[in-house]
This record gives sequence, C-alpha cells and structure tokens, in this order.
Amino acid sequence: MEDKKKYLFDHPKNIKRALYLLYSCCILLFILDFVIPRDVSHGWESLWGFYPIYGFISCVVLVRVATWMRTFLRREEDYYDNEGMDDGAISHNDDVKNSKDIGDHHVDD
Amino acid sequence: MWMIEIPAFVPFFIGALLVALTRGMLRGVIMIVIPIASAVHLWMIPESIHLQFSLFDYHLIPYRVDKLSLMFGYVFHLAALMGIIYSLHLRDSMQQVAAMMYIGSGLGAVFAGDLLTLFIFWELLALTSVFLIWARRTQRSYASGMRYLVIQVLSGVILLAGTLFYFTENNTLEFGYIGLDSVAGWLVFIAFGIKCAFPMVHNWLTDAYAEATVTGTVFLSAFTTKVAVYALARAFPGTELLVYIGAAMTCFPIFFAVIENDLRRVLAYSLINQVGFMVVGIGIGTALAINGAVSHAFNDVIFKGLLFMSMGAVLHMTGRINGSELGGLYKTMPKTTILCIIGAASISAFPLFSGFVSKSMIMSAAIEEGFDWIWLILLFASAGVFHHAGIKIPYFAFFAHDCGIRANDPPKNMLLAMAIAASLCIAIGIYPQGLYALLPYDTGYNPYDASHVLAQTQLLFFSALAFVWLNLKGLYPPELRATNLDFDWIYRRALPTVLQNMFTIIWQIDRTLRQEVKLKLTICLTYIAEKNNRLSNLLSRNYPSGSMAMWVAIMLATYLFLSFIQ
Repeated sequence: MEDKKKYLFDHPKNIKRALYLLYSCCILLFILDFVIPRDVSHGWESLWGFYPIYGFISCVVLVRVATWMRTFLRREEDYYDNEGMDDGAISHNDDVKNSKDIGDHHVDD
Repeated sequence: MWMIEIPAFVPFFIGALLVALTRGMLRGVIMIVIPIASAVHLWMIPESIHLQFSLFDYHLIPYRVDKLSLMFGYVFHLAALMGIIYSLHLRDSMQQVAAMMYIGSGLGAVFAGDLLTLFIFWELLALTSVFLIWARRTQRSYASGMRYLVIQVLSGVILLAGTLFYFTENNTLEFGYIGLDSVAGWLVFIAFGIKCAFPMVHNWLTDAYAEATVTGTVFLSAFTTKVAVYALARAFPGTELLVYIGAAMTCFPIFFAVIENDLRRVLAYSLINQVGFMVVGIGIGTALAINGAVSHAFNDVIFKGLLFMSMGAVLHMTGRINGSELGGLYKTMPKTTILCIIGAASISAFPLFSGFVSKSMIMSAAIEEGFDWIWLILLFASAGVFHHAGIKIPYFAFFAHDCGIRANDPPKNMLLAMAIAASLCIAIGIYPQGLYALLPYDTGYNPYDASHVLAQTQLLFFSALAFVWLNLKGLYPPELRATNLDFDWIYRRALPTVLQNMFTIIWQIDRTLRQEVKLKLTICLTYIAEKNNRLSNLLSRNYPSGSMAMWVAIMLATYLFLSFIQ
C-alpha cells in the first residue's frame, strides 16, 4: 500500500498558495465593504467591517467554548457500551440493559 | 378520472410489495420506475384535490393537495429517487422494503388532510424507518434502534391524545391551523416537537442516524424531520415560541458538532441546526418567513442528503467514519471530494449554492419583524454551520493529515446519486426562481442583491480565516476517540442509575418490613396457638377432639337414618 505518488497538497508550496489565495480574498472582501454601498436594515450592519469581524469572532468563540465543553463532556469511547454490565442485582428495570445480553459478537457491514 | 385520486403513498406501498417479491435487476428497475412514475403523476394532478369519506362519526380526508403539501411531495420524490439510486448496489430485502414503505409513509403524512390519517402515517414513519437502523445488524444499532422506536412511538401516542382532545373540542379532525390555546394544541405541539428534534428531545436523531446503515441514513435524513417541519408549518405558523425554540436549535448543536468525532453524527447535529432555521421561519410566520422555511426544507433534503451520501461513501469504501481515523482521501476519492465540497458549500449558504437562496429569506424575515437578537443568533449559527459542516466535514475526511488509506471512489450508482444532488444544489443556487415558483406565497424576493451577497461572503470567508488561524495556532480541538455526553445521558445513564438505586432501596426496605411482619405474625400465632392449646386442654382433658367429632357424626347419621324410616 506504500504510495510514492505525490499529490496536490503533498507539496507545501501548494498549501501556501491556497492560504495566500484565502488571505487575498479576505482582504479584497474587507476593502469591498467600503466600496459597495449597502442597504442597512439593522443598526449594527453599518458598523465598520461588521460581518467580517462578527464571522471571525463567532468562530473563535464557538471553537473555544466547544473545547472548554469537552473538559466535562468527554468520556471514553465505549462509555455507553457497558451500560448495565456492572451490576447483577437488578436486571429487569430497563430494556437497554437486557439488550446488552442478547449478542456478544458484532457484525459490521 | 379515478387515476387522479390515487394518493401518492399508494405506488410506494405497492412498490414495497413488488420489491419483496422480486430479485436482482427486476427489483432495481421497479425501485427506480416507481418514484419517477409517481412524480410524473403528482406533477399532473391539479391542486385542491380531495379524497374523503366518513368513518363512524369521523370525517376523514386521507388525500389533500395544496401548495404547501405539494412542495414537500416534490422534494420527497426527489429524495426517494436519489436514495434509491444510491442504494441500488444493495442486496438486502429488509432495507429495500423498509425504505419503500418509509417513503410512502412520509408522502402519506404530508398529504394527510385530517389528524387521524396523519397519526397513522406518523406511526408508520417510525415503524418502517427503524428497520433501516436495525439493518446494520450490530449490537449498537439494535440498542439505538430500540431507543429511536420508543421515542418515536411516544410522539405518536401524544399526537393521538392531542387528536382526540381536538376532536372533542372542535368536533372536526381537519388538519389545519391549531395554535397553542388549548390542551389539544399543546399535546399536538409536543408530538411534533419530538419528531422535529426540539432541544432536549433531539437525541434520538444524533443517536440513530450515526448508527443506521450507509444507505439507511440517507433516507432517514430526508423524511422524518421534514414531515415534522411540514406539520408545524401547517398547524403552528406565527407561534412566537417557535422562534426561540428554533434559535436554540440553530445554536447548541454546533458546539457538539465541533467536538464530535463520528462525522455522520456531526452531520446529524448540523441537521438539527438546519431544522432550527426552518422552525424560526415558521415561528415568524410572515409570508416571506414561511416561504423561507419551506424552501429551506426543500434544499436541506437535497444538500443534507448529498453530505450524508458522501460520508456514507467514505464509510462504505473505508469502513471508517471517525474524523480521527480519516484524512487524505482526496488523493484517491477525488470525485467524492468534489461532490462533498458542493454539499458543504450549499449547507454553508455560499452565494450561487442552494442554501443561500432559502436561508437568506429567513434571515431577512427575522430582521423585518424586529427579531434583532434572534437575527444575531442566526448569524452566529450561519458562521458556525460553515465551521463544522462546511469546513470540518470535508477537511477531516478528505484533507487534514494523511491516514494512509487509499480507498477508491464508490460504485457508479452512488456517484450518480451524489451527482444528481450536487447538480440540483447548484441549479437551485443559480436559478432560484424555479424553486420560488413552487412556493406557497408570492413575495417577489430576490436573494442576489449586492448587500446580501457581500455580507454572506464576508461572513463565510472570515469564518474560514478563523479556522485557518486556529489550526495554525494549534488551538483547534483535535479529533479524539471519545463519547461526548449529551442530553441522552439523562435517560441512558442518570435515570437508570437513579431507578436502580431507588429499587435497591425499596427492595431492602421491603425485605426488612417483610421480615418484621413475619416475625410479629409468628409471635402472634404462637401466642394464639398456646391459648388454644390451653383451652382444648380444659374442655377435653381425657378425650381427643377427633373422637368427639366422630361421635357427633354418628349421632347425625343415626338421626338421618331414623328420619328415612318414618
């Protein structure tokens, strides 16, 4: 399976090019904000660079908050897989538990 | 003409029967012919056709066609055709029959003119679709399907209760505007809400869609939630509560989507986010907002189907779907990569792609009606959806670090289905008037004015910039093999644990009480027995009580004998 062929993004130069393309698009769009007159239906829209800044900040906030959420929401991958396996005392008060005993083998498609 | 009165679900139910009876090529031909024939039939029938009859006291309308239901009817046919082409390689009767029944149930529900018919198809949707989950034939999918079924059937039962209340209050079953001013209204609202994946009852979706089969998820993503959106649009347009529920739905799933590893589950979260936009539109309730909600539902079926198909193709070809195990697939799956990017651009609402022409209607309606904060939240959610569905999905599957897997593009039928969906995404994006002509209201809306296009492009490009910046800084959360807790933890972990502990305590108390009572009873009985003993000793000191009984019997027998002689 060793694959010697070089693909598009195996060259660091191409990644750089793609990034520069993105940067220049961003700069161009930011400048267009001052060139194109826009209809404003909300006060904030007339703020200087509202959409670019809002887009950037909301994504950073989104990712930072999500990363923080991971600190208390994260469990091991098979967290739910051992549902009800750790007790022998009560085995008839929920269906999830019973279903675990039915098959031990997994058939992947 | 009787042909016109055939309800749209009938061909699919007949199709399910034919599929069960045939094999191989013939089955494939039947499965493709049916949605095409049924779509042509639907295209030709006039609006406002009814099929009605009375059953006992109930006046039933199993088939009613108007602009709102037609819109969903058309897109369900498109979804059916794409899903069927995508699953043509399957040799699994259970899945194929279930899929045909499921499509039929979805069509039955959107053309139902009364609440009782709606209830029947509502439950059929649940009962038929669960087989698409179980068809994966793993232990996880079995358990997941069970949870899915319980929640879906519960929604149906609540709908039935609401229907009966509604009938006693209004003496009619007709399915029209209901509103929230009665118990019946609330019950129906909750039933719709469960199927619509309202916050806190949304986990059936993220749970089941990630566990279903490759092709099953494509069908699942198209019908159930859209039927619920349709039902809300008919029964609760302009209900302000929906605006806030919808805004919550657009926001909270994107946080989960960012840290989720299973890419199909990421798409399930983003499905809730998209349905949130529709729910906001229905809640605002103006002609523009309803148009936005309905057209967004139409587009979502196509682009979300495309995204689920592309991730299904990855799962089908590599056997993996976790972001942590994928990457670099663009090298050998270039077609899938491009098709996936088209879907990602559509869901992110890039100008010239389908999401843009429908989502902007909802945003415009929100700001026109003075929902400023909601508008800001929707804007945040728009940036967020680009982040997790637009960038994360293609990036972690096809680019990122090279995982070393060299899988080929999927079979031709899968590629064809994705190509159809992708062309529709672009066609609707470039020529939205075609879609607008089908909408329930005529608002003369034009999405392509300079301010809109510029605003949306700026928002998206700077979101992309944020992604690049976070990635270069190493601040982007890496894909990790993990389970993230969500609301389903309440009923999968907390509730069972609480119940378990509660029952342990109850049984302990029960056992102690029983022992106590038994002890008391024994003491009591011993006491009485002693008393009795003493008493019998007193009366028959010399004779056992057995002989006494015998002598009484003899006396009575003698008496009887004498009475006969006389």
